[in-house]
Amino acid sequence: MNRIQHLLVLCCTLLLVTACGGESGGSNSTSSEAGKAGNLNRPVKTTMVNTGERHSEQYLRRGNGSEIQTLDPHKAEGVPSSNVHRDLYEGLTLEARDGSIIPGGAESWEISDDGLIYTFKIRKNGKWSDGTPVTAHDFAYGLQRSVNPATGSKYSQILAPIKNAEEIIAGTMPVESLGAEVIDDYTLKITLNGPTPYFLGLLNHASTYPMPAGFAADGDENMFRAGKLISNGAFKLTEWVVQSHLDVERNPYYWDNENNAIDKVRFFPIEDQSTELKRYRAGELDMTNEIPFEQFKWIKENLYDEFIVAPYLGIYYYGFNLTKPPFQDNLALRRSLSLAIDRDIIANKVLGTGHIPFYAWVPKGVLNYTNAIQPEEALAKSEREAQAKELYQQAGYSKDNPLEVEIRYNTSENHKKIAVAVAAMWSQVLGVKTTLVNEEWKVFLENRKQKQVTQVFRAGWIGDYADPFSFLELMHSNHGINDPGYKNPVYDDFLAQISVEADAGKRRQLMQQAEAELLKDYPVMPIYSYVIPRMVKPHVGGYEPNILDHVLSKNLYIIKH
Amino acid sequence: MFKYSFKRFLAALPTLLVLMTLAFFMMRAAPGGPFDQEKTLPPEVQANLDKKYHLDEPLVKQYGRYLFELAQGDFGPSFQYKDFSVNELIATGFPVSFRLGVSAIILAFVFGTCLGTLAALRQNSLTDYSVMTAAMTGISVPNFVMAPILILVLAVYLKWLPAGGWNDGAFKNTILPIISLALPQIAYISRLTRASMIEVLRSNPIRTARAKGLPERLVILRHALKPALLPVISYLGPATAAIITGSVVVEQIFGIPGLGRYFVQGALNRDYTLVMGVVVFYGALIILFNFLVDLVYAMLDPRIRY
Repeated sequence: MNRIQHLLVLCCTLLLVTACGGESGGSNSTSSEAGKAGNLNRPVKTTMVNTGERHSEQYLRRGNGSEIQTLDPHKAEGVPSSNVHRDLYEGLTLEARDGSIIPGGAESWEISDDGLIYTFKIRKNGKWSDGTPVTAHDFAYGLQRSVNPATGSKYSQILAPIKNAEEIIAGTMPVESLGAEVIDDYTLKITLNGPTPYFLGLLNHASTYPMPAGFAADGDENMFRAGKLISNGAFKLTEWVVQSHLDVERNPYYWDNENNAIDKVRFFPIEDQSTELKRYRAGELDMTNEIPFEQFKWIKENLYDEFIVAPYLGIYYYGFNLTKPPFQDNLALRRSLSLAIDRDIIANKVLGTGHIPFYAWVPKGVLNYTNAIQPEEALAKSEREAQAKELYQQAGYSKDNPLEVEIRYNTSENHKKIAVAVAAMWSQVLGVKTTLVNEEWKVFLENRKQKQVTQVFRAGWIGDYADPFSFLELMHSNHGINDPGYKNPVYDDFLAQISVEADAGKRRQLMQQAEAELLKDYPVMPIYSYVIPRMVKPHVGGYEPNILDHVLSKNLYIIKH
Repeated sequence: MFKYSFKRFLAALPTLLVLMTLAFFMMRAAPGGPFDQEKTLPPEVQANLDKKYHLDEPLVKQYGRYLFELAQGDFGPSFQYKDFSVNELIATGFPVSFRLGVSAIILAFVFGTCLGTLAALRQNSLTDYSVMTAAMTGISVPNFVMAPILILVLAVYLKWLPAGGWNDGAFKNTILPIISLALPQIAYISRLTRASMIEVLRSNPIRTARAKGLPERLVILRHALKPALLPVISYLGPATAAIITGSVVVEQIFGIPGLGRYFVQGALNRDYTLVMGVVVFYGALIILFNFLVDLVYAMLDPRIRY
C-alpha cells in the first residue's frame, strides 16, 4: 500500500512540474539561443525559393482553415473550399504561379473588337477523372447551373457580366437563354453585356467550373462525395471525413498530368491557428493556412526561414453610417476622425503583424494599378493632427462639447485591439468620447446592414478577382456591402463608365478617378491592407505567393528530406 | 423495475418536446439567418435560397414540418455542410465524442476514486495534502490551458505523441485528448470521494465492522467503499453527459471530428437544423444517462427500490 501510495503522489507531482515547465518552454528556452534574436530586426520574407531533388513520396499536407461547406463548386463560398476546388476543377482559364492568367480548360480564345464576344477553343485532350472527354457542353452546363435559381448559389451574381445572367437569376428568363453558346463540342461562345476586362480572370472562379452535362441536376445533393464526384482538374476526390481531413489524389487523366509532381494532398480543417502551428511544428503539416497573429514575433524570431508574409488582396477599414447623425452630411467630422487615426501605429505597433498601413481603397499589389493619391498619407503626423483639430471644431465640436460615438465590431481579439487604439487616438487628439461595442458576428452584420444603431463599424473585404473594380464596386449606391449607405451619383457614373470602357489605359484612369472621388467623401476610413503570413516547410518546393493567395498543389513538389 | 423504466420513458417525452420547442423558437429569435453574410444577397437569390430550405414559410408551419420529419427520424439537411444531412453528421460525430467521453470518464472514475480513498485514509498527512493540492490544481486549470501545454511538451518538444488530428481513431491520437478531458474530472471525483469516504469512515456501521475485528482492507472494500461511492455515482451521470457534450474545447484544440464542434459552429452559423439535431440528440442522451444512474443507485443503496 505504502509504495503504491508514494508512486501515485509522485505521478501527480510530476504532472504539475511538467505542466509548469511546459508553460515557459514556449518562449524562454529558445530565445536565449544566440543568433535567433537577430531575426527580429530582419524584414520578414516575402518570397520563398526552396529547390532540390524530388522526394520519392510526393504527399502534401496542407492546413486549410475552417471546414469547407460544400464541394459543389457552384454553391461554394469562402477561402477553404476554393483551395480544394482549385485542385479538383479547372475553369476555362487558369492561373500561373504568379497569378497571371493562362489557358486552362480552354487552350486558346479570341475576343471580338468590341470586347463583347469571347470564343473559346476547348482543349481536346481535356478529360474528366473518369476518363470521359471534357467538352464545351460541360462548360456551358456549369455556367447555366450556377445561374439557375434552383441551384441556390450565393455567388451567381459574379456571372452578371454574361448576357441574360441577371434575368435568369431573377427567374424572369429561362436558363437556356444564358449567353454561353455551344458552337460545337470543342467551341464555346460567351456573349457579355459590356466589355469586362477582368472577365478572363473570372473564368477561374469556382462558379464557372464545368460539370458533366446533367450532373447533380437540382435536388441531387449527394453527388459531391468521394466515389461520386467527377472532376477535371489535376486531382480527384478520394476521401472526405468532415472536421478531420479531405484527401485528393492525382487525376491520371488530367491533360497536364506529367507536370504535376504531387500524388496525394491531404487538407486538414483546422480553425484554430495555434493548433495549426503546433501541428506544423510537430511535423504533421507541410504548410499552414495562416498563423496565430499573437505569435508573429516569436515565429519571426524562431522559425524565420519557414515563415513567409506576402501581400493579400484585402483591406481592413472602418465605415461611417452616413444615413444618421452625427455623420450624415458632416464631411468635416468624418475627415477629422480619419485624420486623427495613425495607421502606422496601428499596423506596426498595435498589431505588429506585417500588415501595411493604408489610406487608399484598392489594396496594394494589384497588377498594373497605382492607387489614387490620398493627401493624408503624405502629411506628417503633427500636420494631420492639427488639421484634424481644426476640422473637428468646424464640425461644431470641442473639448467642452465632445463628440460621443460608438465603435461597433464583431467579437475578436484583434478587432478589439484596433478599436481600443482608435478610441485612444480620438480621445487624445480630439477629446472624442468613444464607447466600444462588440457583438457576435451575425448580430453585428444585422446591425450594420440596418443602419439604425450603428455609428462607426469595423469591416474588411477580400477581393474575388485581382482587379480594382472588385473593390470600387463595393461602394456603388446599390451594392450589397455598401453598409455606410454611400450614395454619390458622380461615383456611380464613374463605375458605369468603367464597366463599358474597353481601353485598358483609359479604364485605369477612370478607376483612379473613381477611387479619388470615393476617398474625398470619407464614407470609410481604410486602416490597413492585408498580408497572408504562412509557414512553409523547407522541403516544399515551387511555392510562390500571389496577391489572391491561390496556391495550387500541382505547382508544388516535395523535396528530398 | 420494468414499470419504473416505462414510466421514466413516458415522462421523458414531454421534457424533450419542451426542449425542442424552446430551442426551435429561441434559435429563430436570434438575429441574423443562415444565409447572412457581409455582402447582402440580391433579393432574388435570397428568395431562391429561402424557398429551397422552406424558410419562406410561416414559422409555425416550419415547426410543424420539422416535427413531422423528426417523427420519421429525419433531422433534415444541414445549412452549413450542404453535402450532408444532419443525421449523417451526428452519425459520424457522435461515436468519436462518445469514445473520448466514455474513456475519459472511466479513467477519471478509476483514478479519482483511488486517489480520493487514499487521501481519506491518510487524512491530514503529506499524501492527503499532495493529492488534494493536485486535485485543486486540476479543477482550477481549465482544459484550454492544460491541453496546449500537454501538446507542447509531449508532441512538439518530445515528439512522443501526435499534436492533433483523429487519424481514424488511432490509439496514439486519442491519448492526449482523453487525458485532457479526464484531468479535471479526476480532480473533482477524488475530492468528492475523499469527502464522502471520511464521512462514511466515521459512521456507525464502520465502527461496528472494526469492533468486530475485521481486517482494515475488508472494512474499506466491503463496507466503506459502496456507500462512499454514492455521491460519486450520482455525479457520474451528469458528468458523462457533460463530458460528451462539452468536449468542444478539447475537440477544437486537437482537431477531432466530434459532435461538440457542430454544436458551437452550428449556433454561430445559424445552422438551424444542425443545432436542433444536436439539441434533441443531446437532450435524449442526458435523460438516458440520468436514468441509468438512478438504476445503478438502486443497486448500491439497499434503501432505494423501484
